[in-house]
Amino acid sequence: MRPRLRLLDDALAGRILDEARSVLSTLGVELHDPEGLELLVSHGAVADGGGGRVRIPARLVDRALATAPRAFALYDVLGDRTHDLSGENVHFTPGSAAIRILDPATGVLRAPSTPDYVRYARLVAGLPNLAAQSTAFVPSDVPAEVSDSYRLFLSLLFCEKPVVTGAFSAAAFQVMRDLQLAVRGSDAALREKPLAVFTCCPTSPLAWSEATGRNLLDCARAGIPVEIVAVPLSGFLSPVTLTGTLVQGAAENLSGVVLHQLAAPGAPLLWGTSAAVFDIRSEGAATGAIETAMLTAAMGELGKRLGLPTQAYAGVSDSKELDAQAGLETSSGALLAALSGINSISGPGLLDLDNGFSLEKLVVDHEICGMALRLTRGVEPRDDFPALPLLAELLSEKHLLIARHTRRHLRTEITFPGPAIDRSSEARWREDGAETLGARAGREVERLVSASVPSRLPASARRDLVTVMESAARNAGLDRLPGRDPE
Amino acid sequence: MDLLKELAENLRLGEDEAVRAGTRAALDAGLAPGEILRTGLLAGMAVVGGEFGRREIFLPDVLLAARAMQAGMEVLRPHLARDGAPEAGRVVLGTVQGDLHDIGKNLVGILLRGAGYEVIDLGTDVPAARFLEAAETSGAGVIGLSALLTTTMPRMAEVVSLVRERGLGGRVKVVVGGAPVTQAFADGIGADGWGFDAESAVRRVKALMESV
Repeated sequence: MRPRLRLLDDALAGRILDEARSVLSTLGVELHDPEGLELLVSHGAVADGGGGRVRIPARLVDRALATAPRAFALYDVLGDRTHDLSGENVHFTPGSAAIRILDPATGVLRAPSTPDYVRYARLVAGLPNLAAQSTAFVPSDVPAEVSDSYRLFLSLLFCEKPVVTGAFSAAAFQVMRDLQLAVRGSDAALREKPLAVFTCCPTSPLAWSEATGRNLLDCARAGIPVEIVAVPLSGFLSPVTLTGTLVQGAAENLSGVVLHQLAAPGAPLLWGTSAAVFDIRSEGAATGAIETAMLTAAMGELGKRLGLPTQAYAGVSDSKELDAQAGLETSSGALLAALSGINSISGPGLLDLDNGFSLEKLVVDHEICGMALRLTRGVEPRDDFPALPLLAELLSEKHLLIARHTRRHLRTEITFPGPAIDRSSEARWREDGAETLGARAGREVERLVSASVPSRLPASARRDLVTVMESAARNAGLDRLPGRDPE
Repeated sequence: MDLLKELAENLRLGEDEAVRAGTRAALDAGLAPGEILRTGLLAGMAVVGGEFGRREIFLPDVLLAARAMQAGMEVLRPHLARDGAPEAGRVVLGTVQGDLHDIGKNLVGILLRGAGYEVIDLGTDVPAARFLEAAETSGAGVIGLSALLTTTMPRMAEVVSLVRERGLGGRVKVVVGGAPVTQAFADGIGADGWGFDAESAVRRVKALMESV
């Protein structure tokens, strides 16, 4: 059986969703994008005064849920399927949009640059437990106008995996769509084989900024999948109770689902969450808190109850360095999200309340992801019955190290994380140089980056990518493309 | 030459039947037994040892290769005696008196045989004097002692003392190992070497044999 975590009983989940519907129909949401507002009103939502507040009747919610797809797939730059976003399938992807990177030489979080980004993309290519890449951090050496599209450009050039990304402005969306078209060749091909998921976050409480509302519409119409990621903050920007936060998060997500499906019925979306509790002591979101992990799991359950594929920010830490806190917060979050069957889990690599990224931590987290993926496979009967012959073999051979049964099932039954995780004896560890976790992870970063092979993306597509980016960069006052050529 | 390359490769893959057949085929083709041993079996084992040392393969892979090595040696050994090809050396191995645990000791034996040593395995619950007798009659350069229990570890010291008493210290080295055994314990009883696992035990034996 597939092991499952369940935090909400049917009655509570149903009540939360009913309450979310009534929040939308009575309080409504604030929508700053005029076109989105018009779209909602034209379908029967009620604009409330001039502030962009709109009340969404429950029938619009039901209609949107009826057209939203139950599943969709993602494909890498070569067109091969990598994700089946449905049911209980779990895929990991690095966390997104950090603004600093942990420098392993100094231990300081500093501004990242394009060479850091290229190293990141090449590293992700070598980490098999990460099914997707993400536009993990924002290089500081390109102008702000193209800092979102530039990440996607480098990702598509250097790593074959599909990308979890997002546009910082409505204008950037067009560039980011053109980059994907450069890879796929046509609008039809991109619709048939989605290459990227765009993150669209409502603003708590109950609002959509002009840019994110616009992104939601643009993605829907272009057939580019979105993840609608509510970010309620318990005790600050949402009720302090987990249940109250779930009501608000569900209402915020549902408003996005309505807007998205009205723009293009059937367009692919993920029901996401970055709900967190607020720590009154640090005055920040506690991304590694157990209650945050509980909100994540419960939001996932609500999405599943609605029949939607799901996403969550999980497996993250508030630590500032690669320490025990980083490990325990990341692994508890990742394990619980995986047990919740969340289809796309974003988070590995993130530090410092989602603001920092660490390549070394990504290597460690990748091993945690492997453990979480193993956990989701549960305890399975293999050729274990009858058990007698194998135990008789054990008694006669005295060990099963090279038994046929062992050889057949070893690699599927037992995972072997490393080199970040070290299980050797103290004597052997000393003989190997007594390296710390950070040092082992750092060595693995170097090894994977230098062993990475160039993306197999055809030269013509690479040229088209460069053409799209050159034009956007020029408009932003950038006359060359840093990091474009491999070192 | 291709026959031997294939033999080495099959040994690396732990294909015992293929190694048995390959060794026969090499003999039938008229290749010298010493050449088959060095360029075929031992060459394959050297690759395995290197991969194991670099942690590219693991204990079960080595055990499979060692089993294949044994299969080849069964065919080759009668011819080797005639050919006069030298063995890498002889090792007397056993679990000390009062201790019946033999899995670790057996692993060391397999790896030693895989590395080309002749192993005289005395089994478990072996009195100190028997180790000495076996070493003297076989001319072994190393005695390997195993213990899993902290209560039987002191028996290792008896063997070391006996080697000294009989004035064999220059010719016979004592290597100790087993889960509770540490370098400090080995130093304390005056043993010549200590292995923290089967692979390191083989390395210690190799180093000691070269120094003798």
